Amino acid sequence: MSEAVVASSAPAQTRHHAALQHHFVDLQQQQEAASLGMWVFIAQEILFFGGLFAAYAIYRHAYPEAFALGSHHLNRTIGTANTLVLIGSSLTMALAVHAAATGRRQAIVGFLLATVLLGGVFLGVKYFEYAEKIAPCLGDQEHAGCLVPGANFDPHAVHAEGAAGQQAQIFFSLYFGMTGLHALHMIVGIPIILTIAAMAWRGRFTPEYHTPVEMVGLYWHFVDIIWIFLFPLLYLVTGQ
Amino acid sequence: MNTDVMPPMTTPQSPPPAFPADSYLSAGWSLRSWLLTKDHKRIAILYLLSISAMFVLGAVYAAIIRWNLLVPDGSHMSADAYNKTFTAHGVIMVFFFLIPSIPAVFGNFLIPIMIGARDLAFPRINLLSWYLYVIGAGFTLYALFTGGLDTGWTFYTPYSTVFAQSNVELAAIGIFIAGFSSILTGLNFIVTIHKMRAPGLTWFRLPLFVWAHYATALIQVLGTPVIAITIVLVALERIFHFGFFDPNRGGDPILFQHLFWFYSHPAVYIMILPSMGVISEVISTFSRKRVFGYSFVAMSSLAIAAIGFLVWAHHMFVTGMAVYSAMVFSALTYLVAIPSAIKTFNWTATLYKGSISWDTPMIYVFCFLGLFLIGGLTGLFLGNLGTDVHLTDTYFVVAHFHYIMVGGAIMGYLGALHFWWPKMFGVRYPEAWGRLSAVLVFVGFNLTFFPQFLLGYMGMPRRYHVYPDEFQVLNVLSSAGATVLGFAYLFPAFYLLFSLLKRQPAGDNPWGATGLEWRTSSPPPTENFHEMPVVSGEPYDYSKLGKEAVLV
Repeated sequence: MSEAVVASSAPAQTRHHAALQHHFVDLQQQQEAASLGMWVFIAQEILFFGGLFAAYAIYRHAYPEAFALGSHHLNRTIGTANTLVLIGSSLTMALAVHAAATGRRQAIVGFLLATVLLGGVFLGVKYFEYAEKIAPCLGDQEHAGCLVPGANFDPHAVHAEGAAGQQAQIFFSLYFGMTGLHALHMIVGIPIILTIAAMAWRGRFTPEYHTPVEMVGLYWHFVDIIWIFLFPLLYLVTGQ
Repeated sequence: MNTDVMPPMTTPQSPPPAFPADSYLSAGWSLRSWLLTKDHKRIAILYLLSISAMFVLGAVYAAIIRWNLLVPDGSHMSADAYNKTFTAHGVIMVFFFLIPSIPAVFGNFLIPIMIGARDLAFPRINLLSWYLYVIGAGFTLYALFTGGLDTGWTFYTPYSTVFAQSNVELAAIGIFIAGFSSILTGLNFIVTIHKMRAPGLTWFRLPLFVWAHYATALIQVLGTPVIAITIVLVALERIFHFGFFDPNRGGDPILFQHLFWFYSHPAVYIMILPSMGVISEVISTFSRKRVFGYSFVAMSSLAIAAIGFLVWAHHMFVTGMAVYSAMVFSALTYLVAIPSAIKTFNWTATLYKGSISWDTPMIYVFCFLGLFLIGGLTGLFLGNLGTDVHLTDTYFVVAHFHYIMVGGAIMGYLGALHFWWPKMFGVRYPEAWGRLSAVLVFVGFNLTFFPQFLLGYMGMPRRYHVYPDEFQVLNVLSSAGATVLGFAYLFPAFYLLFSLLKRQPAGDNPWGATGLEWRTSSPPPTENFHEMPVVSGEPYDYSKLGKEAVLV
């Protein structure tokens, strides 16, 4: 195939950086690999959520009425407020990445912690939204108002007669499945952000090497964008 | 072996005292040095061991199936036990052998070396993917051994969600976890091939093995998450009674089949594309010629990956789907035959006027060509809307996909094992034994599965543990073939292990092959190359290799 000679095309200063792993030629190659890896991971995530989005599209097409009835039971005001909270966390994340690129150590930590705080607020609100729907399903007696799909589901709670009441279960299956999977991604993201904030605090990042901050930023923005799709699909399809 | 009594005047033929001091195998023999390794070559060996164990287990289940089918009345075992046996065979062979086999072992070992890199882009993720494989296998085996699983490897709803009383959740968790092992392997390959190529190694100088793995990795990354979420939905349905696939709650069981085959049909190409990559490497080496139509062979891998995502519903022609969508899926299915044929014709043209030698890897290539041809052409029977109605869920389907999965994927796997064995361990295997078992595999395989085409055409349904008396002769033939095949698989296990004890040194390039992996020592050093290579020419340039380079 070829003659083998020693390869050395990299600039000297990036070939001996402390953060450079042994199998990369230079920091730029390492950074590009990490970035492409994250994008491929996000592509994988899109297909992962894609199964649920496909199910949503098919069932909404089949049962538009049941979806509208189900959507009435999601609190649009809380949903809108929570969407703003999450967009705010994307802003602080973007500012953290910018702070890393400009080498401001305290700003990185501050903005990452703000991101975690906003993410925590979102999850807290989500907890109360879930609890409201789950509470009537517990216990042995009456399950009036239970909106969790399954044996205890109360079709009267969505004011639906006959088949539409059963079909509304599909809406709530998708609601819990999609928002649950989204919340799970946030729960995974928060300790990662905290770890990277700790690394930033110890001064591990410089303008020429702050790949982990960029990567967690990509991840967080992806999780936010999923919500940007979930919010209208679940909260705003009341048909009015 | 005793290394202290070596005579001082060592001839090149006598066994060396040990593996070379800088080889990846010499980097330590403690359990810790293996279980915490980040070296892609060592992880490949970990995969080789674990995948071989799963293959043996899957083969035992296959043997039990053929033992039961020796008699028409099913008196050898109960229907329930038979269901669990063929499910175990399918689950183990598909998810824990075929899908990881060539990529996780040979892709892992060879891709960084073939592109002149020191490792995969993400060594820790590579190790993580092996652990995910082992944990996933652990869950699934636990499910299979404690009560078993009777849904078939396809987990079709509503049987799997409503009726099955077996360990569906546990097995599903195992397959879910193993799926992420596959995704991470694919992710690593994509990034490595994009970003880690040696200076001068342009895309169209890549070995076709690398192209095939690139196409495979795309499917792994884009297909596997869909089955992962589908498995989650089945679990949610079983545990929390969500209604995605339950008609009583407005769900549609057919949606499961769409989501399942959206991954599981491309998964067939995860199994066969790496094997095709192996064929390209081996056929050019033993024909002493450049692969004919290199760019067509490379691009046909991508075409197979792309079109493979658009044909899934051909598994569902009898579900009552709309006639127009059935026609579209049938036409797209025929379209996949084009890139497959491009490859087959180009390999055949590579042989033309080549200087062909009949070493073991090359015999497996000829096995592949013949079996893949039959498997591919019988696939067209099943992609045809008319004949499919007659053949659906018969042994014709079973025979067809075994010609692809065993006749295609496993021939490539065994060919790769023999071709790169001298590189991986620095030793030669006994060639005569290799050739004998390759021929036995071919004979045993055809004797096992060709009768199943006839059985299926005559109407014997798959998955039943009893059958009418008139089918017994062909079933006994099939079981006899399986016995031959089983022994043919056992031979390599013994002589390859024996070759590790005997340590007949292979040399750096025993086949006189081109390709960067043959430019480094056998077994390769931990850093893959003593001097990192620069590539200046086309792959498979056998015109430059003189006859003296051919040591075989």
